[in-house]
Amino acid sequence: MAKTPLDALHRRLGARMMEFAGYEMPLQYQGIMAEHLACRAGAALFDVSHMGQAEIAEIEAFSRLVPGDIAGLKPGRQRYTLLLNETGGVLDDLMVANLGAHVQVVLNASRKEADVAHMRGHGVDVTTRFDRALLALQGPKAVEILPEAAHLKFMDAAPVRIADIDCIVTRSGYTGEDGFEIGCAGFDGEALAELLLARGATPAGLGARDSLRLEAGLCLYGNDIDEGTNPVAAGLGFALSKKRLADGHFLGSKAVNKALAEGTTESLVGIKLEGRAPARAGAEIRLPGGEAVGRVTSGVFSSTLNAPIALGYVRADCAKIGTALDLIVRDKPLAGTVSALPFVPHNYVR
Amino acid sequence: MSQIFYSKDHEWVAVEADGLATIGITAHAQEALGDIVFVELPELGRNVAKGEACAVVESVKAASDVYAPLTGTVAEVNQAIVDAPAKVNEAAEGEGWFFKLRLQDPAGLTELLDRAGYDEFLSTLA
Repeated sequence: MAKTPLDALHRRLGARMMEFAGYEMPLQYQGIMAEHLACRAGAALFDVSHMGQAEIAEIEAFSRLVPGDIAGLKPGRQRYTLLLNETGGVLDDLMVANLGAHVQVVLNASRKEADVAHMRGHGVDVTTRFDRALLALQGPKAVEILPEAAHLKFMDAAPVRIADIDCIVTRSGYTGEDGFEIGCAGFDGEALAELLLARGATPAGLGARDSLRLEAGLCLYGNDIDEGTNPVAAGLGFALSKKRLADGHFLGSKAVNKALAEGTTESLVGIKLEGRAPARAGAEIRLPGGEAVGRVTSGVFSSTLNAPIALGYVRADCAKIGTALDLIVRDKPLAGTVSALPFVPHNYVR
Repeated sequence: MSQIFYSKDHEWVAVEADGLATIGITAHAQEALGDIVFVELPELGRNVAKGEACAVVESVKAASDVYAPLTGTVAEVNQAIVDAPAKVNEAAEGEGWFFKLRLQDPAGLTELLDRAGYDEFLSTLA
C-alpha cells in the first residue's frame, strides 16, 4: 500500500490508519467527532497528499475535456470543474488553478492515474506532481494559523512562502469552512505539518473529512458521483459554464445540454433523518407508502446537527425540499425529509 | 459477587448467582468503534440464541452488530444508552451495559474467556 510523505508523522501522532484509494491514510487521531468539531470551531489539519497534483501548460486540449470556462480563469484564481466522458458521465471532479505559467489540477486519489491516461489520450500534455504533499488547513481559525496567506480570498491561488518552504496555497477546501489547501514538495510536507500543528491546528483524519464534507453538501467521488452520473442530476450545474454549454466544445456536452433541456430521471438530494440512527450508502429510499424511489449514496451522523444526514438519488418528482421519505435500514423504515443543501452553512471568506 | 466472562466478539458477560447475565461491549470494542451515536437494543422477552445478532451500535462512520454471547431470554435493557449513546464510550464495561439475559443454559459459559484469556486474545489481534 502507498504511503504519503506524512506517514511517519501520522504514526507519531497515534493515528488509527485505514486503507483509502490504495493509500494508508489516517482515519482519526483523537476521534472523529472531536476532530470534526475542532474544524468547525477552530482549525483542523488534514493530510490529503494522496490526491494527485499535476500541471498543464497548454490548456486548449484540456478545455475540451471539461465543462468549465478554464480559458476565462484569471491568473491567481481557482475553479471547481469536472472531467466528463462522451455520455456526460463524471470521470472525476477536480480543482483547477491558474498559476500563470501553467494551470495546476488536483485530482482524486482513486482517479488520478485514470485521469492522466484520459487526458493524455486526448492530447493534453500533463506533468504529474504526485510526489508532492498536500495539506488542508480548515476552519474559522485557519487564517490565524496561516497569516502568510491572509491576502487570499475564497478560490484564490498563489505561491506562498511559509517559513522557508515554497508552497502553492489556495483558499478553498472540502469542509464548508474557510481555510487553505497547501501544496509543497513531498520532502517539506512533514516540516510544514509540524509547523501548522505547533501554531495550534488540530490533526484530523479522513473520518472527520467525510462527515464535514457531507454536512457541507459536497459530493464524494465514487460515492455520490461516478462515470454514470450526469452532473445535472448530481446538482453540479454550478460547474457548467453557460458559455461552454453554448459553444458545446467539450466532451459530453451533448448529454449535458440534453439533461439541462429535458431534466434527468433522478436528482441528488440531501436528507435529514428523524431519530439517531444513520442510513448508510446503499440504503433504499422509499416513499412513505412503500414505493422505492432511490438509494442513499452517503450517510453519516452529523456532529454539528447532532442528527443523521444523508445524500442520495431519488426520482426527480420526489426531490422537492420537504418531501417525506423512508430510508430502509435493517429492513425497517427510518423517516426522513428532503432538506436544502448544504446541511450546515458554508463559511467562506470571499 | 458476579463472575465476568468475555467473548471473541468483544462482549463481556457478568453472571449473577441467580442466572441473570448482564451483557455489554468491551472497552476495546468501544475504542475500536469510536464515537457511538446510536444504539438499538433487543425487545424485552425476546429469546436469543448464542451467536445471534441482537443489538446494533452505530458510530459516526459505521454500523456494527452485537451478538448474544449466550442463549437466553432478554430480561432487561439499558434505556440509558439509547438516550445517551456516548455512555458506551465513557463506561463500556460498567454503566454502558446493553441488556440482561435470563440464561437458558449456563453451561455455555465454559466456552467464554476469562479476563486473562481475553487479554491474550486481544494481543493476537495487532
